[in-house]
Amino acid sequence: MIAIMDYGAGNLFSVQNALSYLGEDFVVTGDADTLRRADGLILPGVGAFPDAMRMLREADLVDCIREEAIKKPLLGICLGMQMLFSGSEEFGFTEGLDLIPGQVRLMKPAGLKVPHMGWNELEIKKPDCPLLADTAEGDSVYFVHSYMAVTQPQYLAAVCDYGGQVTALVQRGHIFGAQFHPEKSGAVGLSILRRFGELIR
Amino acid sequence: MLAKRVIPCLDVRDGKVVKGVQFLGVRDVGDPVALAAEYDRQGADELVFYDITASYEGRGVFLDVVRETAKQVFIPLTVGGGIASVEDMRAALRAGADKISVNSAAVKNPELIRQGADLFGSQCIVLGVDAKKRENGGYDVFVKGGRENTGIDLIEWVKKAEALGAGEICLNSMDADGTREGFDLPMLRAVCGAVRIPVIASGGCGKLEDFSEVFHKTDADAALAASLFHFRELTVGEVKTHLAAAGIPVRKCREVTA
Repeated sequence: MIAIMDYGAGNLFSVQNALSYLGEDFVVTGDADTLRRADGLILPGVGAFPDAMRMLREADLVDCIREEAIKKPLLGICLGMQMLFSGSEEFGFTEGLDLIPGQVRLMKPAGLKVPHMGWNELEIKKPDCPLLADTAEGDSVYFVHSYMAVTQPQYLAAVCDYGGQVTALVQRGHIFGAQFHPEKSGAVGLSILRRFGELIR
Repeated sequence: MLAKRVIPCLDVRDGKVVKGVQFLGVRDVGDPVALAAEYDRQGADELVFYDITASYEGRGVFLDVVRETAKQVFIPLTVGGGIASVEDMRAALRAGADKISVNSAAVKNPELIRQGADLFGSQCIVLGVDAKKRENGGYDVFVKGGRENTGIDLIEWVKKAEALGAGEICLNSMDADGTREGFDLPMLRAVCGAVRIPVIASGGCGKLEDFSEVFHKTDADAALAASLFHFRELTVGEVKTHLAAAGIPVRKCREVTA
């Protein structure tokens, strides 16, 4: 069973719809015990980094996520991906979950609009990333974000180009983070979620 | 590189798509859910559902359509028409919408944009604008489906909406709408030059070349069309193939099998 973490930040409906469509067994929960019993975790998130981290702390989920991430696959999506990193400079500095080394910074693509919104092509850095088993170089996924994770090359599973390299998918062991929205990225996105589901079977 | 988007728009009344729909292979030709799924297969990058129902009962049916679509179609969905409060926005988001388009109600109460952006994020809030060229230069903003001239200047309005937190502008030219002679390039240039947020071109397209023209000659990020696709004069796939051949970045679609 996959637990989609509900801590008050974010639109959970589309992630639920996608997992239902794929026939995955899942629960939406903010309960730490349920997260501990789950076989895999999805951390969604929309909005601002400091607010979302505050909500995670208020829901008393920070330690739980950090402990469980050692034991089972975790997928952060969009802001949920950014929270996997050490910290963010959005509205001052805020500490993140620190599961992957790196910082979240405001995008400054030369001459291009921020937010980075729309479909962009993936450049695959880790062809052996299990979530990318069905994804080909040049496949497009849907992004909506103004901040991006800056991390070491060994954690980059896929990137895209938007006035420079943008972190798209990160992996550290069984911890994954997608800056894009796999639940809104058509067949390519669904295949990534399906592969995540397969990791826990 | 970011792809230019092609967006079919579905006007829905009482749970049915308005404007004749002549789709082969779609059993209930007026079924918006089936039509949305068909556009998804054709490679639509996003879908807009516009509620043109006037009644309270119709609203529920409309949201059911959005809800059903969101269960089957996994591309961004924008919902507009009759959005007058943050409660309306929340209801649409809960039905599975990713973005909310506000138009007349935002003109009447611009704070609605700020409230929506604060609660749900700027990426959720699309400002829909209907505008028409003024005789002495510039453009006027119209409301109520283009029936009422507000006298508000288009450029001032889009700048204000951006400052209030709108994340995108869907610009419908009333001069171009229905002409099938191409998008309103001067109006689009004026708006694209005034704001930093993405702009969706709407109104006027009648042929393939109109799509490449709007992306070659303006900074529009997306192009929206309704009847052209509904009447199956063009498929989304044909438009995107044409755009790619014209050197415009588009999302390539392929079957993904796992």
